[in-house]
Amino acid sequence: MAFIARRLAFYVVAVWAAVTINFLIPRIMPGNAIDAVLGRFQNLTPQVVKSLEVQFGFHPKGTIFSQYLQYWGDVLHFNLGVSTSQYPTHVSTIIGQTLPWTLALVGVATILSFAIGTLLGVVAAWRRGGWLDRALPALTLLQATPYFFLALLLIYLFAIQLKWLPFGQGYALGLTTGFNWPFISSAITHSILPALTIIATSIGGWMLQMRNVMLTTISEDYILVAQAKGLSARRVMLTYGARNAILPNIAGFALSLGFVVAGALVMEIVFSYPGVGFTLYNAVTSNDYPLMQGIFLVISIAVLSASLLADIAYAVADPRARTRSAF
Amino acid sequence: MTVGHLPTDTEATSVAAPTVRLGVSAWMLSLGAFRGRLPLKAQVGLVILALYILVAIIGPWVAPYDPNATTTQAVPEAPNLHHLLGTSATGGDVLSQILIGTRATVVLGLMTGVIATILSVLVGTAAGYLGGYADEGLSLVSNVFLVMPALPLLVVILGYLPHTGELPTAIVLSVLGWAWGARVIRAQTLSLRNRDFVLAAREVGERPWRIIAFELLPNQIGLIAASFVGTVLYAILTSVALAFLGITNFSDWNYGDILYWAQSGSAVELGAWWWYVFPGVAVAVLGMSLVLINFGLDELSNPRLRSSRSLRKLGRRNWRPADPTPVIRDYAEGSL
Repeated sequence: MAFIARRLAFYVVAVWAAVTINFLIPRIMPGNAIDAVLGRFQNLTPQVVKSLEVQFGFHPKGTIFSQYLQYWGDVLHFNLGVSTSQYPTHVSTIIGQTLPWTLALVGVATILSFAIGTLLGVVAAWRRGGWLDRALPALTLLQATPYFFLALLLIYLFAIQLKWLPFGQGYALGLTTGFNWPFISSAITHSILPALTIIATSIGGWMLQMRNVMLTTISEDYILVAQAKGLSARRVMLTYGARNAILPNIAGFALSLGFVVAGALVMEIVFSYPGVGFTLYNAVTSNDYPLMQGIFLVISIAVLSASLLADIAYAVADPRARTRSAF
Repeated sequence: MTVGHLPTDTEATSVAAPTVRLGVSAWMLSLGAFRGRLPLKAQVGLVILALYILVAIIGPWVAPYDPNATTTQAVPEAPNLHHLLGTSATGGDVLSQILIGTRATVVLGLMTGVIATILSVLVGTAAGYLGGYADEGLSLVSNVFLVMPALPLLVVILGYLPHTGELPTAIVLSVLGWAWGARVIRAQTLSLRNRDFVLAAREVGERPWRIIAFELLPNQIGLIAASFVGTVLYAILTSVALAFLGITNFSDWNYGDILYWAQSGSAVELGAWWWYVFPGVAVAVLGMSLVLINFGLDELSNPRLRSSRSLRKLGRRNWRPADPTPVIRDYAEGSL
């Protein structure tokens, strides 16, 4: 398990980098964040200004090193400060409310997109020159479209013109959140369009990569041997071809996750989906720096954990990886 | 090597002279590879990109209206003869906004592409050529940048920067976007560094920077070009997304700004499709041209990927990849 251990060490470094960047940015950036924040409050006495500054962490005590240790302590206790736009709610409370929405939506949609895209890529390579193969460039072109633009089009078509699906918010108003059927069904119908957006924009990439690797794989001799043995076409395609061609796709999954998540975050704004992306937008429009930083940290950790899972899947799928160096 | 075996002056020049010619001709060869036989996809992509660059240059002069112009009307106007692509809710002409916004979008994309590609070439070749601890360290750094979700980080950094112009944005985008190219270039450098011609150059006593510049780089010009195009695409999509989030310099139009105003002006609810469809299509077509160029570059370097309709339809029959090698009838019947 040297492979997993090395990857684990790498992710520890990555998390350390994310936390450290988050610690450094407010301290090295020019600009006066404090004025932007305090401008939200009217008629403050100097004492109140001072106490607010301390509460928002603008005048940290001690040397930079002791601040850094303090910061780590806060992060480990999920103490990410107080939101300035939704004062006095804690950043961790806000993220705790919104993160499940994003995790459920982006997680399910990304995995679906990966699975369907990979499978379609296998078929496109197998039936090279078939209609699926020829449709591939068109699908990859969707990658060049911003997620939120496609989201706008889908809303216009399915929600406004056809009125098939709802849009905006994560569930219909007036429902109690919890484990009851009206809420769950409403949440599912509200998530169809956002999920469709993620799948449509990211599926082309998985498909193209799978197809390209698969094309190289099926020209190998052992595929010919498998055919000559008289194995069924499906078996040759899946267990001989796809099984060996899928490795770069799994490796790519870990690497492109950050990009997919970024697109999904912006997409949430269009849908006013109650997830982290929409919260990030609100934080930006109201100059809520503690919230922005908290969101960056939480998203980084989520993406890094998912990448680690993808790496473990890679180690399971590729015996060579377990003995090879990790970088 | 003992002192006695050091080449004399005449020997040194006689050895060095061919390598100079070889080095220069390697560059010319690699550039020549792009002439004449560019795949159709890449040609289409290049033509579209050239059009965008043209608009970026002349856009502000040919724009029919002032993009910031406001009227007292409160509803967006559908496309008509006066406003070919309609207007925003405040009466701004969408066509003019797109024509003027092209410059900022294209300039930001190309600027980021250049800066990030220089970074990735430097890091990639250094890591691949030097090896050892330098490689481990540089690879670690680029992998960290690769897995870090760039957009939220950009939001945090650019949120703190006061009046964000194009250059600071391009620099921040480059600092977060070079890692992918560096990874690819490092892998290629690793595979090249032990080839015979590189070993020969090293035996001759070439300095490392010369080996990198004249032996290694010409052989990865395709990869570098592909990584440049990919970075430009990343920069354009990310900057549009950032502007859409409201992190932008509003005194300067770009595609994301138009979409931002459309979103905050609830264009979707109003049914004002022209307000967001045209700028969105402008982004999508620009992105499409870059994807097409990269497809073309891919096919150039990997012949297996070339579309092969002729190969598939041989003798009016569809051939599956694992079918037996088709035999052309004419040849078999002895027409030769």
